[in-house]
Amino acid sequence: MNLSMLNLLPFIEWTASSSLSHAISTSTWAFAVIESIHLLALSVIGGSVLMVDLRLLGFGIKTQTLEKLARDVQPWFLCSWTVMIVTGSLLFVSEPQKLYYSTPFAVKMTCLLLGTIFALTVRRKVSLAGEGQVSPIVMKLVALVSLTLWFGVGAGGRWIGFSG
Amino acid sequence: MSLLPFCQWLAETPGSIALHESLFMYPLVESAHVLTLCLFLGMAIMFDLRLLGFALTRVPITEMKGRLGPWMIAGFVVMVITGALLFYAIPVRSYQSVWFRGKVIALILAGLNAFVFHATIDRRVAQWDLDPVPPPAARRAGAASLILWAVVVVAGRMIAYNWFDCDKQPQPHAVNVFAGCVVPPAGGR
Repeated sequence: MNLSMLNLLPFIEWTASSSLSHAISTSTWAFAVIESIHLLALSVIGGSVLMVDLRLLGFGIKTQTLEKLARDVQPWFLCSWTVMIVTGSLLFVSEPQKLYYSTPFAVKMTCLLLGTIFALTVRRKVSLAGEGQVSPIVMKLVALVSLTLWFGVGAGGRWIGFSG
Repeated sequence: MSLLPFCQWLAETPGSIALHESLFMYPLVESAHVLTLCLFLGMAIMFDLRLLGFALTRVPITEMKGRLGPWMIAGFVVMVITGALLFYAIPVRSYQSVWFRGKVIALILAGLNAFVFHATIDRRVAQWDLDPVPPPAARRAGAASLILWAVVVVAGRMIAYNWFDCDKQPQPHAVNVFAGCVVPPAGGR
């Protein structure tokens, strides 16, 4: 499985021939620096996801209601998500052809899409529902789905570097 | 005292060679090392942001420590074990890497910062446990921690790049000194 199923070749070729792509891929430092920022944002998004998912699982912070905790953490999630997307896009632009045919990249993008939708819909609804509105089993299930999807994003991302 | 002979000996051990040349073990260990960032550093960042008064301002400091601490420690243990294995797989090059050495220095400073925090302002945590914005000493510790861990992460990522490797001469004198490169003196440049 890879993204070539989507028939995006003209877009991929256009991206690869752009001056931005050329600038990043021929620079000694650009890719490494962008990648480092991507990693730093990973730490923040990891922390903000875990804060809520651990709570949903029954671990983590207890003195706050789940709703308050989720609202407190949300700006950090959204900010780090944005940094991830911007730096990730730049990394993509620097080597679009490789990623177009990469299976780990396709896995990562699928998990990213599902993880983001899940975070903004089901998980958000459950975490803002208020005490006693959602059964603990559903909360734990939501946390496990969330953790699995974000793990897929991270592991897929790391695996891009090991393949091809 | 140079640890180079030790690293050279380590590199010749069967375990080191096996890990270095393994198809899946090395990538798996490295992936575990990177992804555990989310657990260890993710929790540490949340704690530091709380110390700075930037996030979770209504959560008591002692609760942050008590409830997140075990996860942080678990993450740290995985980081140290996987990190040690990564070093074990590539000892000589890591030992002579400016990035690895920079990372170790930043790690030591981050440890010292945590130690000073626990030995000083954290002892009086009862007085500021519920403060939305903790006292300056606590905020300084939080800021220093964020900066030092960021240096650790960036330096760690850069170990993968060979810009300053000893076998890639000529390098600036300062790089060779800091990396501990053994450069032939006469006509070496």
